[in-house]
Order: sequence, then structure tokens, then C-alpha cells
Amino acid sequence: MRMGDRNQVRLLWGAAALVAVVVVFTLIYKGSTGLQWILSGLTVGSIYALVAMGFSVIYSSTRVINFAQGEFTMLGGMMMFTLCTRGGLPLWLGFLLTVGIVTLLGAGFERAAIHPLKDQSVITVIIVTIGLAIFIRALAKWIWGTDPVKVASFTGDKPLRFFGASIVPQSLWVFGLTLIAVVLVFAFFNRTLLGKGMRAAADNPDAASLVGVSASTSSLVAWSIAAAVGAAAGAVIAPINFAAYDAGAMLGLKGFSAAVLGGLGSAPGAVVGGLMLGVLEMITAGFAPSGYKDAVAFLILILVLLIRPQGLLGKPADVKV
Amino acid sequence: MSRNRIMLIAAALVFAVALLAAGCDSAAKAGKFKIGAILSLSGPAAPLGQSEQRSINLLKTQLGKTGINGTPAEFIILDDESDPAKATTAANRLITQEKVCAIIGCSSTGSTLAIMPGVQKAMIPVVAMAAGTNVTQPPQMWVFSVAPGDALVVQRILMYFKNEMKIQRIAILHDSNAYGTGGADEVKAQAPRYNVTVVADESYGSADTDMTAQLTKIGSTNAQELLVWGTNPGPASVARDMQQLGMKLPFVGSSGIANQTFIQLAGSAANGVVFAASRLILPSTIPAGSRWAKSVNSFSAAYKTAYKMDIDTFAAYGWDASNMIVNAIKSVGGDSAKIQAKIQSLVDYPGVDGVFTYSETNHAGLKADALVMVKIENGQWVEAMP
Repeated sequence: MRMGDRNQVRLLWGAAALVAVVVVFTLIYKGSTGLQWILSGLTVGSIYALVAMGFSVIYSSTRVINFAQGEFTMLGGMMMFTLCTRGGLPLWLGFLLTVGIVTLLGAGFERAAIHPLKDQSVITVIIVTIGLAIFIRALAKWIWGTDPVKVASFTGDKPLRFFGASIVPQSLWVFGLTLIAVVLVFAFFNRTLLGKGMRAAADNPDAASLVGVSASTSSLVAWSIAAAVGAAAGAVIAPINFAAYDAGAMLGLKGFSAAVLGGLGSAPGAVVGGLMLGVLEMITAGFAPSGYKDAVAFLILILVLLIRPQGLLGKPADVKV
Repeated sequence: MSRNRIMLIAAALVFAVALLAAGCDSAAKAGKFKIGAILSLSGPAAPLGQSEQRSINLLKTQLGKTGINGTPAEFIILDDESDPAKATTAANRLITQEKVCAIIGCSSTGSTLAIMPGVQKAMIPVVAMAAGTNVTQPPQMWVFSVAPGDALVVQRILMYFKNEMKIQRIAILHDSNAYGTGGADEVKAQAPRYNVTVVADESYGSADTDMTAQLTKIGSTNAQELLVWGTNPGPASVARDMQQLGMKLPFVGSSGIANQTFIQLAGSAANGVVFAASRLILPSTIPAGSRWAKSVNSFSAAYKTAYKMDIDTFAAYGWDASNMIVNAIKSVGGDSAKIQAKIQSLVDYPGVDGVFTYSETNHAGLKADALVMVKIENGQWVEAMP
């Protein structure tokens, strides 16, 4: 057991060191161009991280992998388009309404589709989430049509120059939201009674219900939080990645990869996984023929699943004490 | 007595065999011409299929009860959901169950390529609305296309580089899907003929939102123009990222960005972008008074009356493909082989997308002069002048 622990720590540091070496090498070898790749990678990585966090919240409370997570993000973007771009609402109001509406939708989906399955196996629920994703996508196509839409940036499009590299102001909003989201989610699960109870409910529903957190409440709250994080992410990234009814699938896939890389069920892990994935993708696109970018991302995912299935910051699953 | 009976049986057999062999023609005798269509009415290619469907429905309304030469025409429109596998199923159904005499479709290159082996075997003429080079290169006997093929668009763009811009070095940035790689391969194949060298060849994923890594690489080469091959939203991300990076390299796009969506998505970054498209999107560049201009005018008036909307490229594809088949049936009847021969022999057929001339070796129909180089200025399309 102690040996295992030491190996895990070594692996974690190894991975971090490897990424650091790649980043430093890129900066030295490519200068401001390399910095550009890394800044772009951090932006894309933050997007992955936000989606990954949604996966983690539901996984750590219910052990369900919610394949409709990307759809919450898509809904966030489309809602912003409807409320702010079309409806002319001020940004802050549009943002709050978007998060509120999608959170209610998330809670509604949980009650309608997930709650009735409370006695079913986790696999059944996961399959239902795939159905839910298809349903939400079809609904979005029916409401908003198939063309991608543009949502205006929160604070203009004038790029900020930075040691010869540039970044759009919207990226800073994405970084900010990622930071706030990870702090809030981490604090919720580690500092509040409800959050701790929810994590306990995932491992031992009966014992958790004794201290007042039922599996049913846990699932409802987790879905609401995941929908809220997803919607906030969608609202903030919409000016960067053109919201479209079918954007959820790819976001979900990359977010899931990031969550697995960082360790399913860990909010900081989701951020580490997302940022690593984003930066490595961009650096790969920079050095190698750009077509290999996605291949590298999924290669990393496969390696993680083979070597360390619980991810970089995850705890080994199913440890019987 | 018995001789009579033998004669009767023989006559019945001959009649039965004739019926079996005739296929669609027998359907015509039974009272109607059956024309199939495989469109992408849902899925990512849905905007294409829906425009095409509107045109086919318009033609159906125009034919009305009189149909073709007094025989009603029935259009059986199936949705492939933008999925080549479903297109194959749809083609099988049209051929074996519905026994159509010709097929309009498909909307996408992927679906068209998927149904080609089946229609070749069943010997049913297909008029595709797909621009992929492989649809018409090498020409397959039963498959025609009304869309300006990628090869044609590439030819037009390379002519622009050589004759109008007088440049020799370009960079390519393309979508990694079939459309993007097909276009890039075609550019690399044709470029030497126009003394153009491809100094960089980069790609991006269809769902990618950040192209800065590829663009910084391209920026470090000595390329004089950047050719971007993809459909929305990829090229809009490219334009926006170029603005972010402050890159001044001229942006030339494929006909995948010949739509208002690109301008909406890219915003001010769209200004200065040049792309090749059917002259249809700038009707003033179609020679006035020509038979082509007349086709365009009558179609766009009818379309506007029926749907209260302007025609688009895909509506034009749908109109040209369905009319080509209906006109062929009008002159040679419902026999599939005769329809194929008729379409293959068309010379200077004035459609909406341009003037079509087919032959045994050319199933693409259009020539480079059907296309025009368009520039986006202040969010508006104007003819690109060097």
C-alpha cells in the first residue's frame, strides 16, 4: 500500500515534470510563437476543464458518467445567443438567466429521467444519459436550427499583446470562470456538510442517508451543479467557439478525456487534466503536422487508462478498507 | 386448340418478361414516372438538403397534375440524415422497392460516394448535388453532378493566383474532414500547372476553435496568400484568429464559405476575404440576356413567390438536378438507360448554376467560367478585382 502510494506520487510528479519540460522547451525553442501556442492551449484547456468539472461533480456523487454534460455547455451558449444577442438583455442578466434556466433544466432532467432509475445499475443510467444527450441535441436543433451562431465578446475583441503573443479578452473571462468554478466546487465537496455527505452517498448510500443525505437528494444536487457549471462554461466560451446545436458532442468528448486524465471525481484534477490536454494539443499542432493534434490527445488518454486508470489526481477506485 | 393455348402462354410469358425488364417504364405505363431523391434533411448537412427539397417541391408543384407529357410524376424524397450508411439504405429502397427511373442526390459527397456502387450495378442514373472530386473523377457511367466540383473551384482559384494576383507561393489550411483533405489534395495536384508552390500544408479538426498554432507556423513561411479549405465554422475561426494575431496574409477560401453565415460568424474579420463561388451569388456577373441569366431569373422569381425567400446555391443544385432529370424524361421517356444517354449528351444546357455540357468523359458539366472570385467588403459581396 505504501509502495503503491509512492509510485502514484512519482507518476504524478513525472507527468507534471514532463509537461513542464515540454512547455519550457517550447518557450526556449520557439520564443513568442511558443508562448502563443501555450496561451491558446490554456484557453482551449480551460474550456475542456469546465466541461470536465461537470463530469466530475456527477461522478463523485453518483458514480454516473453523464454523457449529456457537453449538451449543458451547448445549451449555455445557445441561451446566451437567445437572451443577449437576439433578446438584447444586458450581459450579466443574460448570464444569470442562462445559468438559472439550464440549472432548472438539469434538475428537471434528473427528476424526469435519472431519478426513476434509482434502483437500476450505474451502466443503465449512463446509457440513459446518452439518450438524454441525443434528445437535448435534437431539441436544440429544432429550436435554434443548424447554423452556428455568434455571441458578442463580453469586453470587446481587441487582442491583448503579451511578449509578442496575443490573447483575446474573452480568454481571460474563461480563465476567471474556471478558477471560480474549481474553488466553489472543491469547497462544496470538501467543506460543506451536504457536499461531504454527497461524496459519502456515492460510496455508501445507506450510511449517508443516516446522516441526512439521501442518494436521491445527492443526485438531484449533483445534476443541478453540473448543469450550472456547464451552462456558465457555455455562456463564457460562446464568443470564442461559435455556439451550435451540435457543439456538445465534441466538447463532451474532450471534457471527458480531460476528466479521465485528471482523475474522475476530482475538481482540481479536472482543471489539471483540461489544461494539460489543451496545452499539449496546441504544442503538438505547432510542432507536428497539425492533423496529429487530436491523435496525440487520445493517445494520452489511452496511456492514462492503461497506466493509471484513476487519473493523475484521482484516488484508486474501489479500495476496500 | 392446344396450339392456341401454347400461343397464349407464350404471349403471357413474353409480356411478363417485358414487364420485368422494363422497370420504371412499366411504372410509367401504370400511370406515373417515379423519381427518387436522397437528401440530407437532418443532421449537419440539413441546410443543404432542405434548400434542395424546396426546389424539388417547387418543380413538383409546377408539374402539377399534368406531370411530364401528361403522365404524373411522383417524387419519392428520402432523408439520409447526413449519414452515408443511411444514404445506401435509401438508395436500395428507391431501386428495389420503389423502382424509380432516376435519382436526385445526394446532398453530400460522402453520401453520394456511398450510393455509387449500388446505382452503377442497378444501372439507375443519378444526378448528384455534391462537389467532391471523386463523384465525377473518374467518371462513372451512371453518376452525374450539377455542383461545381472541387476540381473546378481549385482550378478557378489557381487561375486567380496566377493570372489575377500573379503570385507563386501559397499556404494551405484545411479541415481534416473529407471535404477539406479532398480540396487540399486537389490544390497540390493542380498547383504545378499554374506555377504555384504550396509552401505549407496545415489542417484543423472540424470542431476546433483555435487555429493560432497552425497560423503562427504558416506566418513563419514565405507564403504570399493563405488558402483555407473548409465549411463553417472553421474558416470563421481562422479569420478571427488571424485578426487576433495581426496577420496580414490575404485569405482565400473555398466555396464552403460562400454564405452569409461566414460573414455573421467572422464579423469584421471577414472583410478582405476572397472566395470562389458560383456566379449565382453575384447575379450581376452572369452575362445579361444569356440563356443562363434567363434560367436564373425565372427560377428565382418562382422560388421567391413560393417561399418568400431568396434562392441559394443549394436551392439551385436541387433545381438543376431535378430539372435535368425531368427534361430528360420529357424527351426520352422513363427508361433509365435512355435518361442516362440523354443527360450525357447535353451540350450547353442552361441551368441555374451555369451552362452544363456533359460527355462520356466529363460528368461534372460546368466550366471554370461558371465561377467568380468574390471579395467581402464591409460585410458585402463584391466581385474581386485584382
